[in-house]
Amino acid sequence: MKRDKNVLIRVFALYLPLAILLIFLLFPFYWTFVTSIKPDKELYGSVVTYWPLNTTFESYRKLFFEFNFLQPMYNSFLVAMITMLLSLAVSVLAAYAFSRYRFKGRKIFMMLFLTNNMFPTVLLLIPLYSIMRNIGMLYTPMSLVLSYTTFTIPFSVWLLNGYLNDLPLSLEEAAMVDGANKAQAFTRIIFPVLVPCLVATGVYIFMTSWNEYTFAVMFTNEANRTIPVALKNLIGQLGVQWDLLTAGGIITIIPVCIMFFFAQKRLVEGLTAGAVKG
Amino acid sequence: MLRKKIDIWPYLLIAPALIIILAMVFVPAFNAILMSFQSYDLRRPSEIGFVGLSNYGEVLQDSLFWESLLRTVIWVVFGVGFQFVFGFALALLLNKKFKGRGIARSVSLIPWVTPGVLIGLMWRWIYDGSYGVLNDILLKLGLIQDKIPFLAQESTAFPSVIVTIIWQGVPFFALMLLAGLQGVPGELYEAADIDGANAFQKLFKVTIPSLKNTIFVTTLLRIIWVSNSVDVIFNMTGGGPAYSTQTLSVYIFNKATSLNLGYSSTMSILLTLLLLLVAVPYLKNMFKSQGA
Repeated sequence: MKRDKNVLIRVFALYLPLAILLIFLLFPFYWTFVTSIKPDKELYGSVVTYWPLNTTFESYRKLFFEFNFLQPMYNSFLVAMITMLLSLAVSVLAAYAFSRYRFKGRKIFMMLFLTNNMFPTVLLLIPLYSIMRNIGMLYTPMSLVLSYTTFTIPFSVWLLNGYLNDLPLSLEEAAMVDGANKAQAFTRIIFPVLVPCLVATGVYIFMTSWNEYTFAVMFTNEANRTIPVALKNLIGQLGVQWDLLTAGGIITIIPVCIMFFFAQKRLVEGLTAGAVKG
Repeated sequence: MLRKKIDIWPYLLIAPALIIILAMVFVPAFNAILMSFQSYDLRRPSEIGFVGLSNYGEVLQDSLFWESLLRTVIWVVFGVGFQFVFGFALALLLNKKFKGRGIARSVSLIPWVTPGVLIGLMWRWIYDGSYGVLNDILLKLGLIQDKIPFLAQESTAFPSVIVTIIWQGVPFFALMLLAGLQGVPGELYEAADIDGANAFQKLFKVTIPSLKNTIFVTTLLRIIWVSNSVDVIFNMTGGGPAYSTQTLSVYIFNKATSLNLGYSSTMSILLTLLLLLVAVPYLKNMFKSQGA
């Protein structure tokens, strides 16, 4: 009797609400996938099918061969990759300075970085658009890379600073006792320990650049548009071709999901550290 | 007395990041302020020039501005409010021990890594008035008799996009709160058990007070992000029908894409000032926790 009651409590206090929440969160993805493998007849038929009677991968074929989806994928990859490398390189140096040195103006400089997250995208979008236009950088991948650094650098500095603060100073002190200078201590001791954190931060930067739309739609043209813009552009004059669009959506999220799952643990640790500790 | 030599290393180390940020954030922000004092419409290049405060006067008399601002407040209150409620529920559930917890934790974060454009488009398809799955489900459950064109009519469009933003934000709240929950010392619950506290008392007397800081920081962050969010609404409705889903960010974006840069700069500066009110307590808190 007692056991049965416990099982019942567990179902109502855990499994049932959890299932409802997970269905709410995941059903849209299931629906996107199902839509992408439905033939037109079923897609726009009078009966909604929850698993296609006939599956077809025609939309994926069309996406790559008729709409050349590889081009925006390549553009997105390029932009995300350069943004990631550039942001990581400058952020790790800045974060190291904030974490390991006490210098005049440190607070003010940190403030400069932190306030960045407060500026609305739309505030920067407009002046950046006219700046890019004036220096002839509009419609180049570099205009996106530079725009994305406005949110990736402050964020990475903050994240890496948190990771570095968790590494004990004694690590470098031991190396310096052995005769290494600060730079050597960093490259030989700190950097190797920091690699997983750099990977996690890099994944986050890659994800946000890969997903960004607001800048991308204004700063790109036909030749260098990124995935989010290309997805939106699949909506043509004939209305929305939902099979193509959902196929594009599935292809878009697969790479970020894979990367995310690998980097998840560190990333979550880093993201939550500041808020939880404080 | 020897004066201590100033170490230039830290300055050199922050220089590259600082230069990029100054050039890409502070210079444009300053430009935005300048633009807000100009008639700056790229479709009317001959009229570009300083006009003093007239943009501000125009914005403050623009009824669409005030309506969009009010809509932003509703959008944030309901959006962030329910993100918190569901996110907290999810965090509490994922904090319990059960088989498959690791997988459940991972997959529940997927909406968070999904591009806003795709979220907007996915939900637009779910809400579709003719072939949408939501209509089909509601019909089958007998909750409605006729299909509802969720995004095409003024009465349902705004609640529908709010549901979508809730969906997007639940995972982030869950993630932050779950990390907070794991930091609550078990002894607190044991003590509560000894005192004979029930589940609700434990929630309100132990759990929520222990998570106060996490809740505070996460909520402020979400308020800023959600107020600034453009891509979800823009790709679901574009702000329509009849402006019924146009938040201030979307209004600014629409004005910017129609190349009236002066007017949209003015509005974005007003939005920034409003968000700064939210950001100040967040920044204070950040400084405390970073030991700066």
